[in-house]
Amino acid sequence: MKLETNETILEVNNLNLSYSTRKGIVKAVDDVTFKLLKGKTLALVGESGCGKSSLAKAIIRLLPRNIETYNGRIVLDGLDTMELNERKYRETVRWKKISMVFQGALNSLNPVLQVGYQVAEPLLIHEKMDKKIALERAMETLKLLGIPTSFVDRYSFELSGGMKQRTIIAMALIANPQIVILDEPTSALDVVTQANIMNQLKILKKEMNLTFIYITHDIAVSSELADSVAVMYAGEVTEIANAEEFYRKPLHPYSQLLMASVPTLRTDKKLEFIPGAPPSLIDTPEGCRFNPRCPYKINKCLKENPDKIDLGHNHYVRCWLYE
Amino acid sequence: MSREETLLRVEGVKKYFEIRRGLLGEPQYVKAVDDVSFDLQKGEAISIVGESGSGKTTLGLTILRLHEPNEGKITIKDKDITHTGQSDLMWYRQEASLIQQDPFGALPSFFTIYRILEEPLIVHKVGDRIKRREKIYKALEDVRLTPIEDFITKYPHMLSGGQLQRVAIARALILDPELVIADEPVSMLDASVRVEILTLLRELQEEMKISFIYITHNLALTKYFSERLFIMYAGKIVEAGGIRELIENPLHPYTQALLSAIPDPDPENKKKLRDIPHGEPPNLIDLPSGCRFHPRCPYFMDICKTDPPIIERDNDRYTLCWLYVKD
Repeated sequence: MKLETNETILEVNNLNLSYSTRKGIVKAVDDVTFKLLKGKTLALVGESGCGKSSLAKAIIRLLPRNIETYNGRIVLDGLDTMELNERKYRETVRWKKISMVFQGALNSLNPVLQVGYQVAEPLLIHEKMDKKIALERAMETLKLLGIPTSFVDRYSFELSGGMKQRTIIAMALIANPQIVILDEPTSALDVVTQANIMNQLKILKKEMNLTFIYITHDIAVSSELADSVAVMYAGEVTEIANAEEFYRKPLHPYSQLLMASVPTLRTDKKLEFIPGAPPSLIDTPEGCRFNPRCPYKINKCLKENPDKIDLGHNHYVRCWLYE
Repeated sequence: MSREETLLRVEGVKKYFEIRRGLLGEPQYVKAVDDVSFDLQKGEAISIVGESGSGKTTLGLTILRLHEPNEGKITIKDKDITHTGQSDLMWYRQEASLIQQDPFGALPSFFTIYRILEEPLIVHKVGDRIKRREKIYKALEDVRLTPIEDFITKYPHMLSGGQLQRVAIARALILDPELVIADEPVSMLDASVRVEILTLLRELQEEMKISFIYITHNLALTKYFSERLFIMYAGKIVEAGGIRELIENPLHPYTQALLSAIPDPDPENKKKLRDIPHGEPPNLIDLPSGCRFHPRCPYFMDICKTDPPIIERDNDRYTLCWLYVKD
């Protein structure tokens, strides 16, 4: 495997996604642009209801039926996926080039199927692989995640939460994708189990040169894996920066407040919270979407929504303070 | 913090659940809480931290006498309530209340917020209609759900998670209890809302001089909202002490593991693996002999297969571990 550090594996340009509901149009993803290098991890953080999971589903094209708009450009390993029809996308891209670990998926394992078979299922269905070979591949993948091979013929109810989550991650890895989207993979687990799984992901990232998009609301845990961080608020990416800059000195007022709400064990700091709640994605505030909660707002913030401001070295922020 | 007045005393409490396999099978026991003792002072906030299955929730429910302990003694304000019958517990239900993890499940969906808060007042025959109304308004004001008129006619599904948890808090406080047990009160909420709710609880606790027991798996948050910490593992308290001392100098290997598993936001984290024990907490039916952490412990010695002694240090600190026995 080549270890080129500057190879772009995913490029998302001006991606939009909105749904129509009875109450109005939900703008879940609004003009999102970012680039991801091979073998690197992008952490996607923000409060619930800011569009993190919607962005993930827009990237892997698992869309609801009530879609209103879905446009933009997604280039995955040199392939413009928006050009592909659904059948072609399913056959060549989903699970083979990009896969996803869904939030809370550990509770959706099939209780009447053996673990090994469930992990092998994508190979049996998509690649029409021989059952014996597929099961062997499943065993290898489970082993990679620290699950003993004797577990292949167990059922999901015989596994602990941590084991279930490892199984789900094995399912996402079975078809050898280059990118894996992880949606809150550890939020239902205990801290020690969580740390074990994060260790495993670090090893996978390094040894298989995997690219992760890691979605979480837990900023402390995101720092275990992230090379760069994107903050989402009300459907927009409000800040993107490399991890070194972001965790030490976030720039957008929303990022700063999010960081101030993270409890720390090893340092003494005052904990703060962000008053109010994120806006409804049907009816976003005029001007900057964060202005009703922002402590630094100026007149301009009430009228105009700032565009992405490029601060150099891949640091972008949507905030008038940095104009 | 005044240490003069003890509100709650828990002495050697055990809660075993019996299970039988088959008609003639030998009974087996799930040892959810096994010989737990501690004191809680008036107006003090403590945290009980442990992983799922450590027995922390059962301990909370046993203290509230929603379970009856098999052994041991629970006294509140010098009254022994260990085996008091349910019908005689009405007064205790006013003294002690519970805030649950999931506000969506804890609040009845077919009651308005007003009715939810009125229910405990009706059950405990507090005041008349007008008095009850006053109390409900005061409670909603205390948890800052204003304007009150907007909320009292709503149903739970119309509120956000944070707002619902405020209603749950208002309900827990409406009978002016002296003891509140909060079982993972914020684990279902967003990071920022967590801090908001815990800050509110802390203010109310200090203002009303309530004693508080937080039951949680989130060690990093406890530092900000309580004074003493009890670490629970497989039904036992393995270490206890003042929060800051305990975090700075953990004695028990399990506490050390728990602390090293928690990341602070730091870009250096991704460069190294965390040094933590493998494996999972034991099955509470079939516990390891001696120290229950010994199969996972990096400092395992043969003697760990026998029950560890209580090692006491200054300032109410103690741990159950053979490492600190001087020979």
